[in-house]
Amino acid sequence: MFTTVAIILDGFGFAAWLFLSSVGLTLIYGVMRILNISHGGFYALGAYSAAWAIGLYTQTGNTIALTYLIIPVAAIVVGILTGLLVERGLLRFMYGHEEVLMVLVTYAVFLILEDVTKLIWGTESYVAYQPAFWLGTVDVAGIPYTIYKFLIIGIAVAVGAGLYWGLNHTRVGKLLLVVIHDREVSAALGINVTLFFTVTFVIGTTLGALGGALTAPEISVVPGIGAEVIVMAFAVIVIGGMGSIGGAMIGAVIVGFARAMSVHLYPPVEMFSIYLVMAVVLAVRPYGLFALAEGRKI
Amino acid sequence: MKDFDKTEWALVIAFPVLLALMVLLPRWLVNYVQISMGMGLVALAVMIQMRAGLVSFGQGLYFCVGGYAAGMADKFLGISDIFLILILAVAASLVLSGVLGLLLRRYREIFFAMLTLAVSMILFSLLSSSHGLGSTDGFNLPQASYLGWTPTGETGTAALYVLTALLTLTSAALIHRFLRGPVGKIVEAIRENELRVEYLGTSAHASVHATYMIAAVISSIGGVLWAMSLGHVTPEMANWTTSGQFVFIVILAGTGNVIAPLVGTFVLEVLRVYAVEVSPNTWQMILGIVMLLTIVFLPKGLWSLLERASKRSLPHEHAQEQSQ
Amino acid sequence: MTHSTLSRISSHWLAATLALAVAPAAMAQEEKTFKLGVVSFLSGGASGPFGVPSRNAAELLADAINNGTVPAPYDSVGFAGTLIEPVFVDEASKNVVADYQRLVQKDEVDAIVGYNSSGSCVAIAPEVEKLETLTVMTACGTSQIFEEIVTEPHYLFRAASHATMDNVAAARYVVEHTPAAVDKLGEIAGINQNYSWGLDSWRDFSASIQVLKNDVGIANEQFPKIFAGQYGAEISALLTARADVVHSSFWGGDLEALVIQGAGRGLFGRTQMVLTSSDTAIHRLGRQIPDGTIIGARGSYNIYAPDSELNSWFRQAYFDRYGVYPVHPAYQMVNAMLGMKAAADKAGEGTEEAIIANLKGLSFDTPGGIVDMALAGGHQAITGTSYGTYKFDKDTGLGTVENIVSFKAECINPPAGLTSQEWIKTGFEGADCD
Repeated sequence: MFTTVAIILDGFGFAAWLFLSSVGLTLIYGVMRILNISHGGFYALGAYSAAWAIGLYTQTGNTIALTYLIIPVAAIVVGILTGLLVERGLLRFMYGHEEVLMVLVTYAVFLILEDVTKLIWGTESYVAYQPAFWLGTVDVAGIPYTIYKFLIIGIAVAVGAGLYWGLNHTRVGKLLLVVIHDREVSAALGINVTLFFTVTFVIGTTLGALGGALTAPEISVVPGIGAEVIVMAFAVIVIGGMGSIGGAMIGAVIVGFARAMSVHLYPPVEMFSIYLVMAVVLAVRPYGLFALAEGRKI
Repeated sequence: MKDFDKTEWALVIAFPVLLALMVLLPRWLVNYVQISMGMGLVALAVMIQMRAGLVSFGQGLYFCVGGYAAGMADKFLGISDIFLILILAVAASLVLSGVLGLLLRRYREIFFAMLTLAVSMILFSLLSSSHGLGSTDGFNLPQASYLGWTPTGETGTAALYVLTALLTLTSAALIHRFLRGPVGKIVEAIRENELRVEYLGTSAHASVHATYMIAAVISSIGGVLWAMSLGHVTPEMANWTTSGQFVFIVILAGTGNVIAPLVGTFVLEVLRVYAVEVSPNTWQMILGIVMLLTIVFLPKGLWSLLERASKRSLPHEHAQEQSQ
Repeated sequence: MTHSTLSRISSHWLAATLALAVAPAAMAQEEKTFKLGVVSFLSGGASGPFGVPSRNAAELLADAINNGTVPAPYDSVGFAGTLIEPVFVDEASKNVVADYQRLVQKDEVDAIVGYNSSGSCVAIAPEVEKLETLTVMTACGTSQIFEEIVTEPHYLFRAASHATMDNVAAARYVVEHTPAAVDKLGEIAGINQNYSWGLDSWRDFSASIQVLKNDVGIANEQFPKIFAGQYGAEISALLTARADVVHSSFWGGDLEALVIQGAGRGLFGRTQMVLTSSDTAIHRLGRQIPDGTIIGARGSYNIYAPDSELNSWFRQAYFDRYGVYPVHPAYQMVNAMLGMKAAADKAGEGTEEAIIANLKGLSFDTPGGIVDMALAGGHQAITGTSYGTYKFDKDTGLGTVENIVSFKAECINPPAGLTSQEWIKTGFEGADCD
C-alpha cells in the first residue's frame, strides 16, 4: 500500500522534472532539426541565476512568497538573453549544415557555457531552498511530501497544456506546425522561417532555463549539473518520439515510473533503468512512441 | 604492393615515421602518440559508420569490451600474452556485435545514435556496480608479454609502442581497402539513399551489419592497445562522454580519409593538454572555441585542409583524377 | 580572409603547437626551485567541494612556506630553504595516467601532490613507481592502493587515512556513543552513490555495525547514480523502511541536495542520519541541517580540528584569502605539503630524495593533529578522526558540533599487515581504543 502510493507520487514527481528539463529540447529539434546539446548549459544557467537571485533576495528578509516570481523571471531573462545571443550570433550562420555537424556546434557552445557559468558564479555551490520549504509538506499515506513537488507537477502539466494549445489553437502555432512538417514548402508558402527559428530557439532555451530554475530550490547548484541533464533529456524525447511535445510528456512519465519502481522494488537496477526503458521502447517502436510521419524521398 | 594508392603508401611510410618519432620526441609526447593510436582506432570505427550515415554514440561499448577483455584475461585466466588477449577481445566483440547488430541494423539517424548509447550505458552501469571488477575504480593491467617474451621497463614500453603502431596502421589500411571495396561503396550509397540501394537488389541491412561488426572489432583492438599502454581500465570507457568524444574527433577531423581520425585524435589530445596548461580553470572554453572556429572555417574537418593544400601543389595530378 | 591565408594560419598554428611540444619545458632558471605538481578537480561536480579547496590550500601554503610565515615548527623558509613553485593541473581528464606522465616528463616536476578520486589514485599508483617520482596522494577513499596495487612502495605516499576509517569510526560512534539510537537499534539503512566510494563506504559501515552489535538487520539499501540530484523516490523508500539509522557517504552537491530534500520531508527527524563526509555542507546549509545529525569530516578536520596555533593560523589565513573557512580536502592537502616540508627540514635539503628518505615513517604535526606514516612500510598515513552531532548556533548563525568523540588512529585503522576487509571481519583485532 505504502509502496504503491509512493511509486505513483514519486513517479509523477520525477516525471514532472524530466518533462520540464526536456520539453525545450524536443521543441527545438522538432522545428529546427537541431539536437541541442547546449540545452544542458541553458539548464545550468537557469539554475544558477535563480539560485543566485533567490539568495540575494532572501538576505533582505522580505517575504518568501516573492521568490516564486523570481524563478520564472530569472528563467525568462536567461532564456531570452542567451537564446538570442546563441541563435543570432552563431547558429544562424550554420543552418544548412548536416545535422551531425550541428550537434558538434551545440556541443562547443555547451563547453563554452560551462566555463562561462564557472567564471560568473565560481565553483562553490549555491543553495536556494527557501521556495521548496516555505510551502511545507503534506502527508500522503503517512509519507510526507513537499507541496513544492506538487507545484512542480502542476507547472509541468501547465507547460505541456500551454504548448499544446499554443501549437494547435493559435495562428502562430499552426504556422509553426507547418514549418515542423516541411520546411521547404512552408518557405515557399511565404512563411518567414528564419523568424520562426529565432522565436523557437528562444522559447526552447527559456524552457531549458525554466527547468533549471524550478529545480534549483530542491538541489545544490554546482558545476556539472548541465551535463547530467543532457542524456536524461535525450532519452526522454527519444522514447516519446523526437519533436513531439506529447511524446516528451509520455516519455517523462514512463521514465519517471521506471525509476520510481526500481527504487522501491529493486534498487540495484535504478542506475540503468532509463537506458533499459529506452532500449526496450526503441526495439518495439523504432522511432519512439509518437514519431512524426516522414515522407519517403526516393 | 603495385596496386597501393596514395593513402596506403602514406600508411606504409607512417610506420618508420612513427618509429622515428618514438626516438625523437620526448617521452611524454610519445605517450600521447601511443594512446592516440588506440583511441584513433575507435574514432576510425566511428568514421566508417558515419560514412553510412550512422552516428554511433556508443562506440565506447567495444572500446570497453577490448579494455576489459585485456584486464579480465589477466585477472581470471592469468593471460598476459597480447596476441591471445587480442584474439579474445576480437572474439568477444564479434559475438556481441553480431547479436546486437541484428537489432541495430534496422535503425538510422538519431535512433541508431541513441540505441547504441543505451546499450553502452547499460554496460557502463553494470560494470560500475560490480564490486568484483573494482566498480568505477576499475583495475590495473599487467605488463604485456609477447609469445612468452615479457619485456619490462623501457623495452616493454617500446615493444608495445611498435606493436600499437603496426596494428593501427594495418587496421587503417584494411579499413581503407574495405571502404574502397563493394561493401564500402554500398555503405556510402546507403547514406545517400537507402531506398535506391534496396531497389538495386542489395541488402542495406546486411551491409550495415557488416560495417557495424567491423567497427566493433577495430574498436576492441583500440581498447586493448589503449588499456595496455595506460595499464588501467575503468567503466568510464563505456560512458557516453567517452563515445561522444570519438564522434567529435571524427567530425573535427573529417571523414574523407582513414588517416584523418587517427591524426585528429592526436591533435585534439595535444590541444587539450595545452588548453589545460594555459588555463587550468577554463580549458573547456578554449576547446569549445577552437571547435567552433574549425567548423566555421573548415566545415569538412581538418582533413580538408590537407586536401586543399594538395590541390594547390599538385594541380596536374588532381586534374587527372577528375578525368578518370 | 581568403582560404589560403586561413590554411596557412592553421598550418602555422599546428607547427607552433608541435614546436612548443618539443621545446624543452624547463627554461634555465636562476635559482633552483622545487617544482610541485598540484592535481585536483578544477572542473565538474567534484571541483566545488573538493578540488578547489584543495587547490586553494596548496596555493596558500606554498606562498606561506616560501615566505616563512607558517607557525612553528614550520616557520623556516621553503623546503629546507628551497622555494616551492606550484603547477596546477585539472584532475578531470580521461587520460589521467598520460597527464601524470606529462607532468613528470614535460613539466619536470620534482614531486606531485593531490588526487582526490579513488579512480585516479588506482590508475596512477603503478605509474608512480615506474616513473620514479615522489607522489603524495592527498585523499582517495580506497584502501587498495597499498593493500593490493603497490605493495612495496618507494616513491608513493598517502598523507590521509582511507575511507575504511571513516566508516569504522562512524559505526563505533553510533553503537558506543549514541545511546538513543542504540537502545532500539534493530535495523539500519543506507543511501550511497552507485560507484566505488559509495559501495565501499556502505560495505564497511554495515559490516562494522554488524560486528559491533549482533542481529542488526538491513532495512533498505539505495544506490542512486552519482550526480543524480533528485532523490524523491529514494527518500520515500527510506521513510517507509523506518530504519533506526540511515548512513550516507554522499558528498558535495549530492549531499546538499539530499539534506535539502530529506530534511524538508522529515527524514532526518524520523531516523538518526549519519553523514560521513559532510563538513563541506555546513557553511552552505547552516540551519537547514537538522540538529542531531551525525557529521563526519574524514578526519579531525575543519570543525573537529584541534585548538592549536597551527590550526588557528591556517583557518584565519585561508579565510582572509578566500572568504570561507577551509573544509577537509584543504586540510588533507596541508597534511601532504607539511609532511614534505617536515621531511625536507629534517634532512636539511629540499630535494626529492631527501623528502622520500625522511617522509617514510615520519610523524608530524598538522592543523588537523598528528599524522603518522605508519602503514605500508611508512608510506600510508593513519590519523585520528572525530564524530559529533550537529548543532546550529542561532546566536552566531554558525553550524557547530557537540557530543564530539575523538578516535585514536590505532582504534579505527587496521594494523600493519592486515587489509581493511580482513580486519573488520576479525572484529577489529588489535584495535587500541583507550
